[in-house]
Amino acid sequence: MKKTTKRTPLVEVRELKKYYPVHGGLLKRQVAEVKAVDDVSFAIFPGETLGLVGESGCGKTTVSKAILRLEEASAGEVIFEGEDVLAAGGADLKRLRRDMQIVFQDPFSSLDPRLPVGESIAEALLVHGIGTPQERFERVLEVLRKVGLESYHAARYPHQFSGGQRQRIGIARALILDPKFIVLDEPVSALDVSIQAQVLNLLSDLQAELGLTYLFVAHNLAVVEHISHRVAVMYLGRIAEIAPRDNLFSKPLHPYTQALMSAVPKKHPADKKERIILSGDVPSPLNPPSGCRFHPRCPIARMGHCDVEEPQLRELEPEHWVACHYAEEFI
Amino acid sequence: MTAKTKTKRSKAQTSGSHGKGKAPLLEVQNLKTYFYTDDGVLTAVDGVDFQVAEGEVFGLVGESGCGKSVTSLSIMRLVDPPGEIVDGRILLQGEDLLAKKLAEMTRVRGRQISMIFQQPKSSLNPVFTIAEQIIEVFKIHENISDEEAKASAIELLRRVGIPDPERKANAYPHELSGGQAQRVMIAMALALRPKLLIADEPTTALDATIQAQILDLMQDLRDATDTAVILITHDLGVIAELADRVAVMYAGKIVEESDTITLFDRPLHPYTQGLMGSIPVLGEAKERLEVIPGNVPSLINLKPGCRFASRCAARQEYGLEICERVEPDLIEMEAGHKVRCWLYQEYEGHTPPLRKGGGR
Repeated sequence: MKKTTKRTPLVEVRELKKYYPVHGGLLKRQVAEVKAVDDVSFAIFPGETLGLVGESGCGKTTVSKAILRLEEASAGEVIFEGEDVLAAGGADLKRLRRDMQIVFQDPFSSLDPRLPVGESIAEALLVHGIGTPQERFERVLEVLRKVGLESYHAARYPHQFSGGQRQRIGIARALILDPKFIVLDEPVSALDVSIQAQVLNLLSDLQAELGLTYLFVAHNLAVVEHISHRVAVMYLGRIAEIAPRDNLFSKPLHPYTQALMSAVPKKHPADKKERIILSGDVPSPLNPPSGCRFHPRCPIARMGHCDVEEPQLRELEPEHWVACHYAEEFI
Repeated sequence: MTAKTKTKRSKAQTSGSHGKGKAPLLEVQNLKTYFYTDDGVLTAVDGVDFQVAEGEVFGLVGESGCGKSVTSLSIMRLVDPPGEIVDGRILLQGEDLLAKKLAEMTRVRGRQISMIFQQPKSSLNPVFTIAEQIIEVFKIHENISDEEAKASAIELLRRVGIPDPERKANAYPHELSGGQAQRVMIAMALALRPKLLIADEPTTALDATIQAQILDLMQDLRDATDTAVILITHDLGVIAELADRVAVMYAGKIVEESDTITLFDRPLHPYTQGLMGSIPVLGEAKERLEVIPGNVPSLINLKPGCRFASRCAARQEYGLEICERVEPDLIEMEAGHKVRCWLYQEYEGHTPPLRKGGGR
């Protein structure tokens, strides 16, 4: 397959694994492992937004934290501008982290309630020993303006802000070091819809203005579609499908993606929606199903094949990768 | 305090009679629920009127703090201090629930009105099995034997789609997934065939594929029973799926009410229009979302006039000055479609720029 332009990824995740030990029994020995992330690989290119979508427990948050080493991965590599983040230590890691920031879902619990927000925002500058107090102060005011807040907000405390404003503060804090890459972990799911739109537009504006690269982690498909250039769908610790946004949403090739899309409530009460209702719940990652992890809920699973052999990601159309033995049926 | 609501009542009766000719099951008239906080009086629900017909699904939609949940808790008389129902009437088949003694209310709850919540797991008692909790509902309200109650409980679990109900009946809440727990809550709520079910964000805490299952279940139950539902949600998609009629709430007031299809076809209130434009829709990606600027106002020491005025794009577009002086009424624009906005209502010295059959 001919690649039009060979782009160099800003972030490349290779064979990432994160297993959590489960202890039990009298001696509290390790009796099992939860395979929260099990062999995940993808790349994020400069200036793009990669959406990472899936239901709770699929491992999307664990992936995002492992990339920033907020969780130590069990295996794999995360290459950021040619350097392996997971192997970096001490000073190297600190330097890398200047370029990689995160915005969390709950902007309230991620801010120190006893610190004026200006100081919370400036803290990263202090940690990295950047600037004089005066320069730091001015930089704080600059990022506050960038996220649509006023300079007088710097002296206020987190409880004096609304949810949407607090998320703006979270974004300001991520921007203060002038990073190249920001992980956005469910940044709008705690917000009311009218506020959600404000924050989504702000994130788009900042990306255009500052050339930022985003990993946008969320469970809401419509929000992910809105903001992403490419989208990866995760199920039980693995990537089920990854493709450019329009390809994925106009022609989903994995039966799980199709079910996920059909589960979105209709937009108008008069619409007739054919819904694929998946039976059962997401199985436990403690004991994932054999073969394809989706096979017990899959409407097209073939027993004897899908429950035995685990499908690998295959590029069925340009840049459209699917981990399903029978995805050709949907082309 | 109830004397002055009489005129409102007759108005509500004439305007809300389109529900397939059925008499209203529930009438909420001029409901006011205030919270007496240290900072002042918070007018969480400030004069809400609506009716629910038998068997209909009535949606209450709005963002956090709009008063939708406090409205439902008021109907159940579950508002705790510093909150207080200060005015209004809540008529269930003509009987005023606000006039009932608490002991009488206990008999209304569960038997006539029941409720399901957003967090099913925190609504279940962790130390009792599912069956024990459903049986308790029967034992409190109905004079039946343990065996009958258990059989009924298992039958209910089967109806709400719990797999292997005989075995699952003996499970404890922590052994259930979120979707199963919500099914159990629905089973308990429907145990006594109540006339009215209040569902407060029933699918908000659930994953997408599980939400679809629960919406599907609620649709089946709606068709199979004549229980009316008040569906409280922030999600217009859930409204589109389930509701027959819908009221949009903003800052303690209903700002628009209509049948669901009309609301989605022709939203009249600038807030409803803004809300619809600010939601990303799957399959319709656009460059930018429409935005409602600013935040919901504090409900303590509200300014006079329309509560949405400070965020309203239409007010600026039409240069209306009355919005910040006088509060508009909820008026009927076309049969069954009401809106509270100066774009449509006349007033001394104010000619509304949009009139009947208008909208945009």
